[in-house]
Amino acid sequence: MSVSIPYALSAEITHRCPLHCAYCSNPVELAKREHELSTQEWIRVFTEASELGVVQLHLTGGEPLMRPDVDQLIRQARELGFFVNVITSGVGVTEKRMQQLVDAGVDSMQLSIQASEPGLADAIAGSRAHEFKQKTAALIREAGIPLHMNVVLHRQNIHLVEEIIEMCVSWGAIRLELANTQYYGWALLNRQHLLPTRAQLAAAEEAFFRAKARFDRQIELIWVLPDYYEDFPKPCMGGWGEISMTVTPDGTVLPCTAASSIHTLTFESVKERSLEWIWRESAAFNSFRGFDWMAEPCRSCEHRFRDFGGCRCQAYLLAGDARQADPVCQWSPHHELISDILSSLNQDHDEPSVTAPHRPVPSYSYRGRFKKNGGMTGDHI
Amino acid sequence: MIAWGQREQLRLRSPARLKFDKARQTDMLLLPERVVNLNPTAGAILWLCDGTRSAHQIIGELEAKYNQSNLQEDVLEFLTQAIERGWIEKCP
Repeated sequence: MSVSIPYALSAEITHRCPLHCAYCSNPVELAKREHELSTQEWIRVFTEASELGVVQLHLTGGEPLMRPDVDQLIRQARELGFFVNVITSGVGVTEKRMQQLVDAGVDSMQLSIQASEPGLADAIAGSRAHEFKQKTAALIREAGIPLHMNVVLHRQNIHLVEEIIEMCVSWGAIRLELANTQYYGWALLNRQHLLPTRAQLAAAEEAFFRAKARFDRQIELIWVLPDYYEDFPKPCMGGWGEISMTVTPDGTVLPCTAASSIHTLTFESVKERSLEWIWRESAAFNSFRGFDWMAEPCRSCEHRFRDFGGCRCQAYLLAGDARQADPVCQWSPHHELISDILSSLNQDHDEPSVTAPHRPVPSYSYRGRFKKNGGMTGDHI
Repeated sequence: MIAWGQREQLRLRSPARLKFDKARQTDMLLLPERVVNLNPTAGAILWLCDGTRSAHQIIGELEAKYNQSNLQEDVLEFLTQAIERGWIEKCP
């Protein structure tokens, strides 16, 4: 089977984070600090990635700026010829810290936000972070670094789409990703609190197109589809092991950030194998390349060249078998796993507002604070 | 329609960067969240947008390099598109 040359690598250099967002894309089992790769190990990963043909490097986490060696990693990555993007919560960025990142050679920064209202944003993040983010946005702009922003949309903030776009324009962002929540890890754990109603979604889409018309020349707006409400699945990651990979804090190499949830696969580590071997030869990366692995109805479906059967993690997490069609697909034999959730949600909530007025957010299982016995801890992981 | 001055020098628009990728043996334009695989002609033009040459100088060098005399229209069309896409800009 022909293996393509990867374009991008997301380096989750730490899972430590000052925020506790209930939809975090990190796995529920967060990597501990003592298991994080060392500076030298990361530099070896970047060197191997460069030789393999990777040209885009995303430093992410957790919060990548919690690693004191992030400047050194950026500098090395630039020397290897990468375009280096840092994805940050914005917490803890001072003028001095920003200058260090610029001196190291950061090419672009992506700043997350949670909402356009500070109180709500902080409640969603489980942390007082919103006011830092505004300051960080200004520091990024003043440093001449392109400011990209992202917001994850869900039931508690999706009514604010137009206000969020206005805010990002006023903060000077040139690109904003409005990502409807994808349900893996923490988000799957909190799905009952996050999934918007059909009425909310319709209103949000209208607001998005209104704002797009207003700000079209000022900001590039990306709408990440809410796949539960689609008829066909997303072409997840542009195909398994086709375009990009993720390396977790402890050096495990994944085809996407959520893939560690597929417990039937063994994902290799850069501690034991070269990145090239993992990308080209490992069983996990070859599991869903091409089309031979597919079950019906994907196997003979004309859509398979377009969506690759959808998301393997979603098939595993919902249908229990990663080779099945993504249950989002209306032709999936497991589609009722999605449609039942949507019909019960949309029957229960005729009104878009489903949060009691006295509290901004429901009882989330906050990232890093949730224990499997149901208890909460105050630990910052 | 873009006016091409005799002395207006062209450069990549920050943060865009060019790279010759050894793994693919091709020129690539690196942009935030985007990578453009360049064909040899596009690569040759963009490498000359280094802040020291005007559009007319770039055409002259390419015509000399490829031993042709009629590249003006094609090169200006490409440069126009590259400006519209935000890949390059005129130096202030």
